[in-house]
Amino acid sequence: MPAHDVLIIGAGLAGQRAALAAADAGASVAILSKVHPVRSHSVAAAGGINAALNPEDTWESHAFDTVKGSDYLGDQDAIEVMCREAPDEILWLEHAGVTFHRNGSGHLGTRAFGGASQARTYYVADITGQAILHVLYERLMQHHERVARYEEWFTTTLLQDEDGNCIGCVARDIRTGALEVFNAKATILASGGAGQAFKPTTNALICTGDGIAQAYRIGAPLMDMEMIQYHPTTLAENGFLITEGARGEGAHLYNALGERFMEKYAPNKLELASRDVVSRAEQTEINEGRGFPDGTIALDITKVPRKRTLEALREIVNIGKDFAGVDITREPIHIKPGMHYIMGGVKTDFEGQTSIPGLYAAGEVACVSVHGGNRLGANSLLDTLIFGRRSGAHAAARARGVAMPKSPVSVLDDAQGEIDAIFNRPTGGRRISEIKTELGETMNRYVAVYRDAEGLATALEIVQRLKQEAPSAAIDDKGTVFNQDVLGAIELGYMLDVAEAIVTAAQERRESRGAQFRTDFPERNDADWLHHITVSLNGDGPSLGTAPVTITRWEPQERTY
Amino acid sequence: MAEYTLKLRRYDPQTGEAPYYEEFQVDLEPHRSVLEAILQVKGEQDGSIGIRCSCRAAICGSCGVRINGKAGLACHTHLEHAAKSGVNADGKTILVEPMGNMPVIKDLIVDMDAVHWKKIQRVTPWLINKQPVPEREYVVPHENMVDVTQTMACIQCGACVSDCLSMEVDPLFVGPAASAKAYRFVGDPRDAEQFERLKDLAEDPHGIYDCTHCFNCIEACPKGVAPMNQIMRLRRIAGNDHHIVDRNNGERHERAFVSLIRGYGLLHEAELLPRSYGGDSWFGKFHPAAGQELLESLPIVVKGLMRGKMSPKLAMLGHRIPKADLTAVQGIYDKVEGKDRRYELNLYISGYEDEPEAADSGAAEAQPAAVGAGDGMPSAPGPDPNRPTAASESESA
Repeated sequence: MPAHDVLIIGAGLAGQRAALAAADAGASVAILSKVHPVRSHSVAAAGGINAALNPEDTWESHAFDTVKGSDYLGDQDAIEVMCREAPDEILWLEHAGVTFHRNGSGHLGTRAFGGASQARTYYVADITGQAILHVLYERLMQHHERVARYEEWFTTTLLQDEDGNCIGCVARDIRTGALEVFNAKATILASGGAGQAFKPTTNALICTGDGIAQAYRIGAPLMDMEMIQYHPTTLAENGFLITEGARGEGAHLYNALGERFMEKYAPNKLELASRDVVSRAEQTEINEGRGFPDGTIALDITKVPRKRTLEALREIVNIGKDFAGVDITREPIHIKPGMHYIMGGVKTDFEGQTSIPGLYAAGEVACVSVHGGNRLGANSLLDTLIFGRRSGAHAAARARGVAMPKSPVSVLDDAQGEIDAIFNRPTGGRRISEIKTELGETMNRYVAVYRDAEGLATALEIVQRLKQEAPSAAIDDKGTVFNQDVLGAIELGYMLDVAEAIVTAAQERRESRGAQFRTDFPERNDADWLHHITVSLNGDGPSLGTAPVTITRWEPQERTY
Repeated sequence: MAEYTLKLRRYDPQTGEAPYYEEFQVDLEPHRSVLEAILQVKGEQDGSIGIRCSCRAAICGSCGVRINGKAGLACHTHLEHAAKSGVNADGKTILVEPMGNMPVIKDLIVDMDAVHWKKIQRVTPWLINKQPVPEREYVVPHENMVDVTQTMACIQCGACVSDCLSMEVDPLFVGPAASAKAYRFVGDPRDAEQFERLKDLAEDPHGIYDCTHCFNCIEACPKGVAPMNQIMRLRRIAGNDHHIVDRNNGERHERAFVSLIRGYGLLHEAELLPRSYGGDSWFGKFHPAAGQELLESLPIVVKGLMRGKMSPKLAMLGHRIPKADLTAVQGIYDKVEGKDRRYELNLYISGYEDEPEAADSGAAEAQPAAVGAGDGMPSAPGPDPNRPTAASESESA
């Protein structure tokens, strides 16, 4: 039975950064992930990472942009922490080996990004997430004596003692099918978002809301779950991401009439308004018949000099060529808003602590809340690293004052019983893939850029029906070695819980703010709704609550770009 | 929509039975990927099919497999393209197997830890910071960072490892992916141990001189990392810049090729071994190790003579080419060696600031034909017309 001071579940940027920080603080660390760490979805982050590192920039400016981007739903104390610590984090990464872009004088160079008043996005071509993730993983290899890696282990449940402290998890070794109890003095969830509850999505197949649901199931409140980011530039057919870096480098958006329509919606920032604004503008153009026949908008990257595109946007050159048959250096590519990110997650403070003692969360799985109603591009990598590091350090400090917990053997039997129940499902029910597809299409239809009470009610009804159907979906694979079928069944349950929380929160917020636009309540309403909505599990279903928004120095204003 | 037959290599370690092939029918548009087809089958017909996958967009590196015998990403190979190069004449059968050079765990899933990740760990894959570490960032040339981006673009999918012929013969060979990773640090001006890294990889009998230039890794790589090119760059920096002469004779062997082609225009096989051991000196022929290896290769020499591939005259005097041709070959040498700095190929550096449209029209015309047909997958051998591989100025010692 492995026992460590700090157990980290998920090995993307937040998890790996937490592991390095906890190890630096002297803790014994385990990092556990259902995929090999470099396959984590952080690898897909393209455009860059924000920090006010230039002498002429200030962290206050970065913080204000973030607050405004959040539509004043972000907690300003947490945003201040993130923006103040950002420059040192960039330098730490640079010294750790990240090959950040240099300007002509050999210093760190930046690119412009949406919703930012300064060019403060540091980047490696358009593979920034990959470049950072690989460097952190290599550092974990370097420190293998201090950080135990459990690669391809799937967490099935979080464990608590009688006092409610989180004391680790049960996980399945995917290669052998063996279940194991991992005990820890502190557990950090860093298992990412839940994009697969939507179809299409830019998110990878592994983004199934595992951590959000696991925490929710043991009583941790979720927050801001209604805030789902639709990225303005995704491929219509498969939802693949075209980085915001393209617009940062100078690409324009056109409707089918050839109008640069952002002049209408955001006369100052144009294509570089914040994502909710641009996605809404595109959706309006499409809905009002000014999109292309396939329901898209044109993104014209030929505005960017070709040499620059080939050097700094190579990944989307490849994506255009391989997945859309378009040479983006020579012709526009057709895009539309697509599900990309969940601002909500497990409610934490800015040390990463959830409301369950001993349980931390960092990265997309968490809601600090630094993104509020809408996340700025290139703030998510920053979020993962800052709050990953803080969680790791805080968890290591907690571990110094706590005895090593020990779970009773019975927890293993319970977990095995749940797995066996999946194996023993009789055939005849719907297939897992079918339920998953219906869930994804439902969410993308009713819980997207524009929402209303009727659509949300329909969505809830369908999600609840799918929740009834899921437990009778049989699996084909009865083996133990790399049984992905049984994992798929568990993931489906996670996604359904998360989807239910999302829809319930979206129904509750009867105003329009950030990514939530209610056509039946089209105005922002600070008098009634300037607070977070929380969702907790009550019996078998969600119950709603509220949490105050922390305002330190920026009072809500009208939001224009 | 079109119909395809997926022929999957199945293996379940728990049954105790040998691997076998199973065929599935899928109905998908031709430009959809092989991964989408596999996932459709997995979702609708047989959930027990094992394949690692995550991003679907050639970024995460999970779904490395062999398609019709060639390694690549399943998500990055169009059905239409795969069916065309398929094993069956019917033009709709696609053979999908696990990658090579690594043990199979189940179906299409291989054990990358046992091979790939061990080799990555072998090349000390982290920055050894030049001291003193500056308070702010290291100030380094823009070009250097762009240059190493090509190797940073490696997604660790293992396709190059799968198809590496040298590794098939010598499983201990450090291999293409790890060598590319090594270049990523050797080429990084912030690293303090360029010499030590190169010396280590040159002296290792399974190191950079173990590569036989077969180009398989370049063909297999879905990200244009061109591992073999990185190995060649490691050799050039080791030999030319650091004058590392390794105990495996790798550096001298390569130099022997270069000097022989300069001298004869073609390879002079009989001279290759002596020069590899003794260098260009005439006395090199009498190097004891050369004698021994010559002795060891006698059976091959005899076979060559018997089959008419070699004549005593050819063996002694070498090939001859017309004088004008030889002069032309030597002219190339003079031109390349006369440059003040070495020019290296790099995917990320297009070399043109304002590209003349006319000069590029050939590539532009070639492209829609390939891309419009849902083709243009980099698994096709040969240079990709879409890839700007003009000379960069990134390399200077």
